[in-house]
Amino acid sequence: MKVTEKDVLYVADLANLELTADERARMVRDLNSILDYIDRLNQLDTSDVPPMAQTSDRFGVDQAKQGSERFAYASRDDILNGLRKSLPRDEALANAPESDGTFFKVPKVIER
Amino acid sequence: MDLSTLTIDAARSAIAERTTTATALAESLYARIEDRDPAIGAFLTLSKDRALAKAAHIDALAAKGEKLPPLGGVPVGIKDVMVTRGVRTTAGSKILKNFIPPYDSTAVARMEAAGAVVLGKMNCDEFAMGSSNENSAYKPVHNPRDLTRVPGGSSGGSAAAVASGMAVVTLGSDTGGSIRQPASFCGVVGLMPTYGRVSRYGLIAFASSLDHIGPLAKTVKDAATVLGTIAGRDPMDSTSADLPVPDYVAELEKPVRGLKLGVAKEYFGEGLDKGVHTAIESAIQKLATLGCEIVPVSLPHTEYAIPTYYLVATAEASSNLARYDGVRYGHRAQNVRSLADMYERTRDEGFGAEVKRRIMLGTYALSAGYYDAYYLKAQRVRTLLTRDFEKAFEKVDAIVTPTSPTAAFKLGEKADDPLAMYLADIYTVTADLVGIPGISIPCGESRERLPVGLQILGRHFDEATILRVAHAYEQAREN
Repeated sequence: MKVTEKDVLYVADLANLELTADERARMVRDLNSILDYIDRLNQLDTSDVPPMAQTSDRFGVDQAKQGSERFAYASRDDILNGLRKSLPRDEALANAPESDGTFFKVPKVIER
Repeated sequence: MDLSTLTIDAARSAIAERTTTATALAESLYARIEDRDPAIGAFLTLSKDRALAKAAHIDALAAKGEKLPPLGGVPVGIKDVMVTRGVRTTAGSKILKNFIPPYDSTAVARMEAAGAVVLGKMNCDEFAMGSSNENSAYKPVHNPRDLTRVPGGSSGGSAAAVASGMAVVTLGSDTGGSIRQPASFCGVVGLMPTYGRVSRYGLIAFASSLDHIGPLAKTVKDAATVLGTIAGRDPMDSTSADLPVPDYVAELEKPVRGLKLGVAKEYFGEGLDKGVHTAIESAIQKLATLGCEIVPVSLPHTEYAIPTYYLVATAEASSNLARYDGVRYGHRAQNVRSLADMYERTRDEGFGAEVKRRIMLGTYALSAGYYDAYYLKAQRVRTLLTRDFEKAFEKVDAIVTPTSPTAAFKLGEKADDPLAMYLADIYTVTADLVGIPGISIPCGESRERLPVGLQILGRHFDEATILRVAHAYEQAREN
C-alpha cells in the first residue's frame, strides 16, 4: 500500500480539504488502486526523455525562433487598461458571498 | 420541420426564405425541451430571454432581406463550463450553484456574433471530470437512445441534446475525450480541434495544457461550420495559436482518394468490445473502397496514456481548482471558526467525490518527494506519446481508431469504480496529451443496437483532413 490514512490527511491539508472519516477511508482505497495502475509507467526508462509540460511551443509556432520569441505574437503593448477595461466594482463584487460594497469580506485572518 | 434531423443550413435557409422565423424555431425547440428533457436531463439552465432577443434580431435581418450570418437563427446549447454573461454557469458543480458570470467566453461570443441563438446551458460532469455524466452535482443525463444508459461524459448534455433534437448543435469541451466519447455514445458527430485552435477565454479551467472547446453536431458539415466560427487567434487567450483559419466547409469537398489512413494495432487490443470492433472494421473497409490507402502504424506507448493522463490532468486540476475558496464567488460555508476553516469546509461542501479524488491525486503527484516519480515522469512519457504520433504522421495523413472500447454502458455500472471509469477514455486521452485534433462520427451499431463511434485523428492544425475523411465516410455510409 502506497498511501496511508496519514498521507491522505497530509495531502488533504495541502489541498485545503478536510474530508470526513468515511471520505478519508475511501480516498485511501481509491488512491492506492489508481496509483497501482499508474505504476506501469515505471516499466519505461525515461532518463533521456525531456519532459513536456504543454504542446504549444512545439506545434503551430515558428521553430526557427527561440524561446519566448515564438510567442511574441501573444504579447501586447504595456498600456493602461490593456485589452479591456476592468469590471465595474459592483459587477466584480456581485458574486461575492460577502462584501461591504467596496471589498470582499472574509473571516478574521490573524487571531489575537 | 423535423427537429430531430435539423441542420445548420436547413435552419438558416428556412429563416432566410421566411418559411419560419428564428423566434418560432426557438419556441419550438423550447417546447421540445419541455416535452423531452425531463426524461433526458440535458439542460441545466435555459436562457430564454437571451435566446428570444437574439432570434428577434435575426428575424429583423431576415425581414429586411439581408443575408443572414453563418449561424443566423440556429438554436444551440453551450456546455455549462463556458461562462455566459448574466446566465448562470455552474460547471455542473454545487460550488458554483449561483454563479452569474460578468462576461462571455470567446467561443460563445463568436457563436452569437455569427447569429447563433443560445437556448441554454448543458449538463456535464462536475468541472468536466467524468466519462458518464453521473458526476453532475445536479442530475445525471440519460442517453436518448436508451434511457437506462449513460450518454458518456463529460459533455453528456451537449451530446444528448443534439441526439434528441433539442439543439441543432452544441459546444462541448474535451480534456481527455469529453467531446468525442459522448458523441460516440449518443450517435452524433463530435470534434476536438487542435490544442490552441479555439480560444479558451471564459472556459472554466480543468487542466490547462489539455482543455479544448469544440462542437457536437448531427453532421460533419455542421461541425466544420461551427469550427470555422469559433477558431482563430484571440488576444484574450495567450495559448490560442496565431495561424490562419481555413474554410473548413470548402475543404470537405476535396477528394479523399489516395489519402493514407493509419490503423494502429494498439487500439484494437484487450477490452475492445466485439461488436464495436466489427463496426470499426467495416468502417475502415468502407474508407478503403473510397480510395483511401489503409496503412498499418504503430503507437507503441498507447498503454501508458491513461496513467500519464491521470497524473497530468489531476496535477493541473489541483492547481486550477485552488481558486474555489469561497471568497470572490461561489459557495461559502457558514459558521466558520477561521479563514482556514472556511476554505476547507467551503471546498468539502462544494465539491463532489470525483472532484475531490482528482484534487487529492493531483496534489499528491505534485507534493514534495513525489513530484519526480509522478508528475515529472508523466511529462516525460507525454514526450514519448507525442513522438509516437510524429513518427506515424510521417507515413500517414490521419489515423482511424474506435472512439471508445464499448458502446454506452448502464447508469450506475461503473459509478463505484473510478479506475474502470478512467479506462473508458483509453482511446481518446492520447490526442489530448499530444495536442492533435480528433473527430468521432457514428459508424453503425453494437450488438446491443447502440451507436458506435469511429475516431479519426489528424496532424496538428490539420482539422481539414480529418473533417474531409469524416465527411466522405458520412456520405458513403448514407448512400
